[in-house]
Amino acid sequence: MSIREIDVSAVREAVARLCVKANTELDPALYEALRKASAAEVSPVGRSILCQLVENAGIARATGTPICQDTGLAVVFATVGQDVHFTGGSLEEAIHAGVAEGYTAGYLRKSVVGDPLRRTNTGDNTPAIIHYRVVPGDGFEITVAPKGIGSENMSRLFMLKPSQGADGIREAVLTAVREAGASACPPLVIGVGVGGSFEKCAQLAKEALLRPIGQNSADPFWADFERDLLERVNRLGIGPQGLGGTTTALWLAVEPYATHIGGLPVAVCLNCHVARHESAVL
Amino acid sequence: MKDMKYTAGTDNGRTAEPETRRLHAPFSREVIRSLHAGDTVLISGTVYTARDAAHKRLCEALAAGEALPFDIRNAVIYYVGPTPPRPGQVLGAAGPTTSGRMDAYAPTLMDAGLAAMIGKGDRSEAVIDSMRKNTAVYFAATGGAGALLSKCIIASETVCYEDLGTEAVRRLTVQDFPATVVIDCEGTDLYKTAPAQYRKEG
Ligand code: SF4
Repeated sequence: MSIREIDVSAVREAVARLCVKANTELDPALYEALRKASAAEVSPVGRSILCQLVENAGIARATGTPICQDTGLAVVFATVGQDVHFTGGSLEEAIHAGVAEGYTAGYLRKSVVGDPLRRTNTGDNTPAIIHYRVVPGDGFEITVAPKGIGSENMSRLFMLKPSQGADGIREAVLTAVREAGASACPPLVIGVGVGGSFEKCAQLAKEALLRPIGQNSADPFWADFERDLLERVNRLGIGPQGLGGTTTALWLAVEPYATHIGGLPVAVCLNCHVARHESAVL
Repeated sequence: MKDMKYTAGTDNGRTAEPETRRLHAPFSREVIRSLHAGDTVLISGTVYTARDAAHKRLCEALAAGEALPFDIRNAVIYYVGPTPPRPGQVLGAAGPTTSGRMDAYAPTLMDAGLAAMIGKGDRSEAVIDSMRKNTAVYFAATGGAGALLSKCIIASETVCYEDLGTEAVRRLTVQDFPATVVIDCEGTDLYKTAPAQYRKEG
């Protein structure tokens, strides 16, 4: 078995490119979902908002202007083959440098403060938040998922009791969506983590947002759960921008994982329609 | 699709649907009294930008008895922190930010003459009371429509607090900027009334 070498400068370049692409080009599947929703929405105010979002996505793509001015914290998922050897410097530093390059050259907003209490802007949107996964083989895939704070602030973690079961999970999601109201800029894209531990559950919710829009869980049990829960969310009436309507969420995905006999963690990661994620394979 | 085409923008040939009103900012209190929660409008004219940090300074200036760096009487403030412009652009993406963060300051500014606010998300009871008292209006712009709203901004100049970067106070000239009246001067709040109409719980 051979070791594959990857120069970290290639990682830096890829990250810079992905930061800009994710912020200016709306996922085509989400664009389609928005377009469909703009025709199906019952509320006239809601329809006009959804039409604005469709037009906005077109302008952003054509002009390179960010879809939204909150170009987010740069969340990065790196899937590293165990037979890869990185050369030319630190992988982690290359990822941060790629974020700085992308946010600066791409005219994106720098929204990161270096310390949560002393709050001085770092000036280049670093550091990134990086999640690594090591897998067999010599592949390397990197995903940049910028996350705006409006919806991140409304995301929730619930440590349920096993007896609360499916109803408890549904109520947790509906509570998060209800309490978010207009703040997470509905129509939403919702990632739900179920199981694992405190931190694993939150990460599952984030990872659920990376799944292609329109692709329900491979497990028929969870696929049904997802479809039913999305329908319930859309019965809340919150609607586009919280101004009432039948389109509160465009998409909902659940990622389950094994958990402890005594626990049922549920994490609800709310995202606006600007559910950004772009990947590259090196 | 044509009938549900969103109506704002500066392109030629695009007209407002009958129910969409065109407003020229700044507006008189008489115009504000004629606006009702749920009205969709296209705003043209002058609006000022300010977020948390600028609000704090404006309120500190008022508390110290100083004159404000711009005339706040009948003014419209837009809560926005845009992305940097590309060469040739007036501003980058420029959608609304969450208004609730300005709730602590808004009543003071309304007492000083502020007539209208544009942002997103709900407002506190104290803000709504002050809106009733001062005959002020609150509009929502579409969060996540930063590129589109940027096109409705045809001029921008920094007024003060340049050191705040994206949070500096700017005087914007907007044209056909789409917004919805969410809280009117009688205190009717669309965020509270509208979802109930579409709710199908149980
Ligand atoms: S929640 Fe999304 S659409 Fe709303 S301001 Fe944040 S990034 Fe933009």
